[in-house]
Amino acid sequence: MSSTSDNGSVITSLELTKPSGPRLARNGCVSVFMVFATVLAVAPLVWVLWSAISKGIGSMLRASWWTNAMDSADQAKWGALHAIVGTIQIGLITAVISVPIALLTAIYLVEYARGTKMARVVSFAVDVLTGVPSIVAALFIFALVVTTFGGHQSAWAASLALVILMVPTVLRSTEEMLKLVPDSLREASFALGITKWRTIVSVVLPTSISGIATGIMLGLARVMGETAPLILLLQFNQYFTVNPNTPTFATLPTIISNAYTQGSADTPTVWGAALTLIVLVMGLNIIAKSISRRYLRRMGK
Amino acid sequence: MAKRIEVKDLNIFYGDFHAVEGVELTVEPRTVTAFIGPSGCGKSTVLRTLNRMHEVIPGAYCTGQVLLDGTDLYGKGIDPVAVRHTVGMVFQRANPFPAMSIRDNVVAGLRLTGAKNKKALDEVAEHALRGANLWGEVKDRLDRSGASLSGGQQQRLCIARAIAVQPEVLLMDEPCSALDPISTLAIEDLINELKEEFTVVIVTHNMQQAARVSDRTAFFNLKAQGEPGHLVEIDSTEKIFSNPSQKATEDYISGRFG
Repeated sequence: MSSTSDNGSVITSLELTKPSGPRLARNGCVSVFMVFATVLAVAPLVWVLWSAISKGIGSMLRASWWTNAMDSADQAKWGALHAIVGTIQIGLITAVISVPIALLTAIYLVEYARGTKMARVVSFAVDVLTGVPSIVAALFIFALVVTTFGGHQSAWAASLALVILMVPTVLRSTEEMLKLVPDSLREASFALGITKWRTIVSVVLPTSISGIATGIMLGLARVMGETAPLILLLQFNQYFTVNPNTPTFATLPTIISNAYTQGSADTPTVWGAALTLIVLVMGLNIIAKSISRRYLRRMGK
Repeated sequence: MAKRIEVKDLNIFYGDFHAVEGVELTVEPRTVTAFIGPSGCGKSTVLRTLNRMHEVIPGAYCTGQVLLDGTDLYGKGIDPVAVRHTVGMVFQRANPFPAMSIRDNVVAGLRLTGAKNKKALDEVAEHALRGANLWGEVKDRLDRSGASLSGGQQQRLCIARAIAVQPEVLLMDEPCSALDPISTLAIEDLINELKEEFTVVIVTHNMQQAARVSDRTAFFNLKAQGEPGHLVEIDSTEKIFSNPSQKATEDYISGRFG
């Protein structure tokens, strides 16, 4: 596409001067629009962060926030210890169940079943699972645990629902990381008379471990912020407990949803919980970032 | 150490594709044998069947016999892992393990097959690195990553890693094709030393290199694209490069190929 030239006359010397008027105008127009779009995209994020920080920092900075539950009569002495511990506990249970399943499946798909029909079918199924809404996973576990097996709501059940969400994400990222390991390293190992399993454990996994760890952190960050399974599979609790078998079990997201049903959502306590959750998830993201940066450096990128 | 390889009526396939047909050759112990020939003639493929590395590629298989001092590597009950422990291989591109230190790279073949004695492993590492003419350059940074070395050093690290497991035979698949002339010279010198201890088979595209380093040379060719490659002749390097018995060999050597 050429813009119309200013001088329709025969050009005798080379035209190396400024771009033409219409081109400048178009450039300016699109630039303004791009900056505007960027502001539009970033502004809500900043606004959300600002609200959470300004309204929640007060609660979070109180020492009692980190030592108390919500069982005191005096709201000023309320803390979120029970919910913080609950969120971390559910995150850990979920990770402990999900990570081995995801890793072993990824290893199987990439190292043993690569190129087979079975691997393609499983990969497709994992893609579908990645898109399962959390409320559906929660409903499924509720039906399975409570209706079918006659169990009850508990942190175990909530963790199981989160496992359904975490396994596909960790599996997919691990798969990608394993595929990034060059085949030449596997061949080098085989050529030394090293068995396939030993090659995987001692050559392939250490080469990709940072990338895999990043995927695990991001998967964990995702499930720690999930709310739907917690609402369906837990009842609110204002007391401190570490027993994952009780139906009344507090987490940071459920503090917020519970407060809403009580009609008192916009309070410092709730914003404190929101901010604590953001900090927790952001912390995991930062850990993931720093691990992956180290990984990229080692791969020479 | 160092063993004789006899290849009898070897046919190699990738799925339906017949890659190499009817190879018959003998490699004497403590010699360097060079495989030369145009791209796609199957010389690397033949090399990889000598330690069953071609099986790593899905769908690849072969018929015929590869005898190592009389034992058929494709016989019943032969473990490919054990074969590769006996017949080592160095690849075209240097491939040190990026997650391991230089020392761990060298002893990987021993450490990952069960050796634990750290002192013994350190001795093996030093011996292998000296054998690969790399000791002087890396002795002060054995704990650094293997990826921190230059391309030529990485390739010598890979050779050290291959000889550390004390194989009987060392296969080299174009070990210098990604290296500059000085690094190439270093590796050619090394090959000359290695043949005192090992049987060496080297695939090369560089005919001067074949003439410089090998005692015997095998010339591979293919009749046409899509046809299987075959061994044209194998003879002493001197004879192949001065007075080959086949016209095809002479045409290739003198650059009148194709």
